[in-house]
Order: sequence, then structure tokens, then C-alpha cells
Amino acid sequence: MTIHQVTASRFPEQARAALADPVLQGNLSRLKGNFLTRRANARASLPEFDDLRDEGIAIKRHTLAHLDLYLEAFEASVVGTGGHVHWASSAAEAREIVLGICRGLDARTVSKGKTMVGEEIGINPFLESHGIEPVETDLGEYIIQLADEPPSHIIAPAIHKNRQQVGRLFADHHPHLEGRVLTDIDDMLADARSVLRRRFLEADVGITGANFLIAETGQTVIVTNEGNGDLTQLLPKAHIVLAGIEKVVPTLEDATTLLRVLARSATGQEMSAYTTFSAGPRREGDPDGPRAFHVVLVDNGRSELLDGPTEDILRCIRCGCCLNACPVYGKVGGHAYGSNYSGPMGAVLTPSLAGLAEAHHLPNASTLCGRCKEVCPMRIPIPAMLRHFREEEASAGMAPAAARRGLALWAMLARRPALWRRVTSLATTVLGLLGRRRGRFSTLPLAGAWTAGRDMPAPQGLSFQSRWARR
Amino acid sequence: MNTRETILGRVRARRPRPDEAAAREAVASRLARHERHLIPARTNIDREALVTLFAEKAGAVDVTMETVADETAVPEAIARYLRGRNLPAEAAVAGHPDLDRLDWSRGTMTVRRGAPGDRERVGVNRPFCAVAETGTLVFASGRQSPATMNFLPETHVAVLRRSEIVAGYEDAWDLLRAAGRGSGAALPRTVNLVTGTSRTGDIEQILQKGVHGPKFVHLVVIEDEASIAR
Repeated sequence: MTIHQVTASRFPEQARAALADPVLQGNLSRLKGNFLTRRANARASLPEFDDLRDEGIAIKRHTLAHLDLYLEAFEASVVGTGGHVHWASSAAEAREIVLGICRGLDARTVSKGKTMVGEEIGINPFLESHGIEPVETDLGEYIIQLADEPPSHIIAPAIHKNRQQVGRLFADHHPHLEGRVLTDIDDMLADARSVLRRRFLEADVGITGANFLIAETGQTVIVTNEGNGDLTQLLPKAHIVLAGIEKVVPTLEDATTLLRVLARSATGQEMSAYTTFSAGPRREGDPDGPRAFHVVLVDNGRSELLDGPTEDILRCIRCGCCLNACPVYGKVGGHAYGSNYSGPMGAVLTPSLAGLAEAHHLPNASTLCGRCKEVCPMRIPIPAMLRHFREEEASAGMAPAAARRGLALWAMLARRPALWRRVTSLATTVLGLLGRRRGRFSTLPLAGAWTAGRDMPAPQGLSFQSRWARR
Repeated sequence: MNTRETILGRVRARRPRPDEAAAREAVASRLARHERHLIPARTNIDREALVTLFAEKAGAVDVTMETVADETAVPEAIARYLRGRNLPAEAAVAGHPDLDRLDWSRGTMTVRRGAPGDRERVGVNRPFCAVAETGTLVFASGRQSPATMNFLPETHVAVLRRSEIVAGYEDAWDLLRAAGRGSGAALPRTVNLVTGTSRTGDIEQILQKGVHGPKFVHLVVIEDEASIAR
């Protein structure tokens, strides 16, 4: 179980660099109003929204409790429609399976719909190293492929780029522009449309992910707004679906309930523009569609999470709303996490799949404010899982020495109430006097890193404990 | 042991079940019964209101719509729409019997039958049904309805009968299952739910239409139901 190119061990440096990058900070600031406001509106206009969430959770719980049986049923249904199912225990096995299918078709280029599992297993560099050219077709994924960067958001992979940066990337990579930098988003879109349309048509194989796999019908489901996932699967000779084993649901009706909360949580739409159910290859008389249909079921550590402290992360439907709600993600962006899965869900999934040693910083990249759990359509208890990893980190002695010393000092004080009161009342009095004029501190000794990004309000009046004692 | 057994074995080891037979029975029955869950109450309304809801929801996602009295008026309606957009009266038309029997010369349209080529600017397709809950068109792939028709042309025209508007997705599933019975295949190879035009927000979160799929979705609705007199 590995995740491709994890640099989560460098989270502190990466986060510092992100905070010091004014362009990135400007680009991230766009995230705030958009997704979350639209989600709130979508929720408000569907009175059943929260009940649907609870039904969705029940569906996922039931499926995970019978995962082996539903995977078997899904496999049988896919075979029944003329498709093939492949099982991959690890990222390496999944890559080999995809390569094998591509080689069998003498594939030279592969068009790709957005797939997070594809990012997880590092399929693009692997195919490239074997002489097969992968072409991302989701506009955001295409932009970051040109930039040779990983996605910074699970549904908006290029959210860290602005139009100037995109214009320069197109100028550098689209020879027909002859170096001209487009400035208008409309023009960039038209340019990307014509470049990618050609790539769709020449691709030998199309690879997509899956939002759901339906055991009853053998259908794989993708949800997109651009239509790229559809051209990816309809035009080439073969369609390969990459999916984690946790994506299976029992029936079409079960998938429908989850679809009702997915787009609303992700982009605030009632429904994404395209929801596509695919079952097997082209049939007799069909005027279009792929000649071969392959589903690669990827475990890569997921089965090990069952019945463990982070099992609930397997309910995740990858809507990305925990990223949008997270104050830490909002400041540092996705790349700081050093994993294709960023934000709160990434801070759970990355150590779960890649190991805590690799990613022990990520569970600390949270204020445990709980907004992720509050907005999560599957009500995944992310803060509790982050705390679990923090405990593991502490007991394995992975925490930095300064943090351990700080906590030891805090523990010493917290166990001695009289001393605690004396120290804290001294500190609040001193800080209160010092900060009397401005009411806040823009710098504080020993807390320079903390105050670099925000101000500390000066304490006013007595401490809570002293006021409580006086009541 | 092969990979399949390794993965399934890992899952089973983590999830021991006290009564395996009962679990298998529960799974088989859930798959066979495919029961509906909660369906939003917004579609629990009378037929007229449902059609209005569909029109509102489709309009909200930029689908334009025209209603015609009967199917003979469809070619002219489409030609008029294309003229209004300054497009030539040419289109790829799905090989659906309902579209085949129309007299396209009435709209002085040049039509090509079957799956659209890459350069086709306008495609005319025949949805299987439509879902009022979110203004969604449901397409079932096959000889009579190429899936590429919903994505390749920049302008996507759909010809729907009013009676084909259903309340929720679950109604569409039941109709699809019923249509598949007897044909050998339970469900079409591809089912496309289309809710509005192709769109993206990938550059600066600014909504742009028509990135890969259609920039325009136009619906011609044939009035095949007697309106409830009021």
C-alpha cells in the first residue's frame, strides 16, 4: 500500500512555503465563498438533505459490512454484460494490469477522465515510462498535467492556478499559439476544447475513475460537469475503469440516494451536468462505444482499514467539501499536504494508506474545529480519527522534540491546579497590560510562527476560572 | 492464491460474520428487491405541476425549451431554433424510429442519420425519458440513440414527449428495467443523465459553458398528453 509521490513528511516546510506565496494565497482566497455558499444553498432548497445523508451512511455501512459479497456480485454482473474485472492488491499490481491492457491493444495514447485512484497509483508516469502517452482531459487535470504538478484539490485540481498562470502554460505547450499568451478565459476554453478534442479522437484507450460501482447491474458510474469522462470512455477502443474496492454499492437505488447528496456537497449543484452509468462494451447494433470494458478493483490498503479506527473513511464519496470547509486547507492549499488526497479527508486517508511514519504531520494540520465532520455528507468523524493518529504519533515517539517538550510542560502544569492558576493569571495580567493600547499582538515572543499569519487578541479582564470563582 | 482471493480473504478476515448464510441471504434479497429509499417530496405533486417543475429545473441549468402540438411540427421547430442561433439547417439525427418517420424536408433541414462525426455542430437525439426532480434528461444508448450524440456536437437538441416526464430517477430506473425485460440485456450499455450544458469552473472558479460537451441544450417537447382542463 503506497500512494504515489507522497511528500507529507515535509508538510511543515511545504506549508510555510505556501503561506509565503502571495499568488497562491490570492488563488486560494477564491475557494471560500464559492463552493461552501453554494452547498449551503443547495442544502437549504432540499428539506430532506440531512435525512438523505443518514440514508447514505446506512447504505455505506451495510455495504462495508458485506463488502466481499457485494464485490463478488459486482464482478458477476460486469462479466454478465461482457466486461472484465481485474483485482489489484497494490498500486504496482494495478499499474501492471492497466499496462497489460494497453499493450494488448498496441495503445500509444490514452485519454483520461479525472481519477483520484489513478493519481494514487501514479498511473501517468508509469505509462509514460513504458512509451504510452497519457492525456488528462478534465480541464483542471489537463492544466496541472501541463504544469507537471499533482492535483491540489480532489474535485478542483487546478484551484491553485489563476488565469495568468493558465495562459502562460497554454502558451508554452500549445505550439499553434506561437507563444501568444491568452488572457481571456473564454479563449482558453476554446483553445483547450480544440486541442483536447483531437486527443480524444486519437486515443486508443480511455481511462476513467468511478464514483460508484453498482453490484446489482455491473454499472460503473462517473459524475462530471465537462463531459470529458464521457468522450474518454466512448471514443477509444477500450474503456478502463479504475476504482477503489470501497466504491461498490448494492443497487441502482442505493447509488441514487448517494447521488442526491454528492453534487450538492461538492459544487452545490442539484445534479452535476453528466451522470453516466456504463455497463460493459459496445453491443450488437450499437453505433458507438468502446469494444472492450475493463474494471480494475484497487485495494491498495483499503481492506486493512475495515474494522479499524479509520474504517469510516471508506464511506468517503470524494465530494471535497471537507477541504472547502477546512480553515487549514484554506490557508495552505492542497500541495502542502504532500499527497494527492489533501485537506481533512487526506489527513486521514494518507496516513491510513501510506503509513503514519510517512504522514504523521498531516493529522496535526488541523485545529479539530469539526467543520469537516459537520459538512461531510457521510458524517465521517474526521476529528476523532485525527486524534487517533495524534495518539499513535505520540506513543510511537514521532512528534518533534519541541512539541513533546511543550506538551510535557503543559501536562505538568495541567496536573497542578494551583500552579496552573498562578502561571496563567500572571501571563494574562502581563499580556493584558502590554496589549492594553492596541487590544492585540501582531508579534509575540516564542510564538512568532503563530502570529506571522494572524494577530493574538490581548486578554481583557480576569481569566474564566477567576470569574467563575467569583460567581 | 490469486489476487482476487487475497483481497476477498483480507476483507472476510476483518469482517467475520456470525451467520454467513443469513448474510448471503440478506445481500441476495437486497439486490433482487432493489428497494427505493427516501425520495424528495418536491415531486409528490400532480401531473401539471410536475411538468412545470421539470421546465423550471431544466431552465435553471440553461436548457432552452419549445413545446409543439404534435410530432409533425418537430423539424420546423428545430430549423427555426437553428435559424435563431444563426446556424445552418444541418444536423446529425439519431436513428430512432420516432425521428426517422419525421418529414425533415418540412424544416428544409439537411440531416445525416446515425452517430455524429467529430465536426457535427448540431446533434438531434431522442431521450428515453426525463426526470422532473432536477430537470434531467435520461438517454439510453443503442442503435436508436448514440451516446456520442449527447457529447460531440456543440448544440444538443433533444426531442421528448411530454408523457415521458417522470417524477424521480427511481421512476426512470423502473421504466428502463421494464424496457430491458425480454430484450436479453437488463439495462442499456450506457445510461446518460444530462442535467444542463457542459460546464467547468476549473479556471478561477468562474463558470464556463461548453468545455468538452455541448454549449447549448435545446429541448423540443411534443404535447402528447391531454392537458388537465381547469
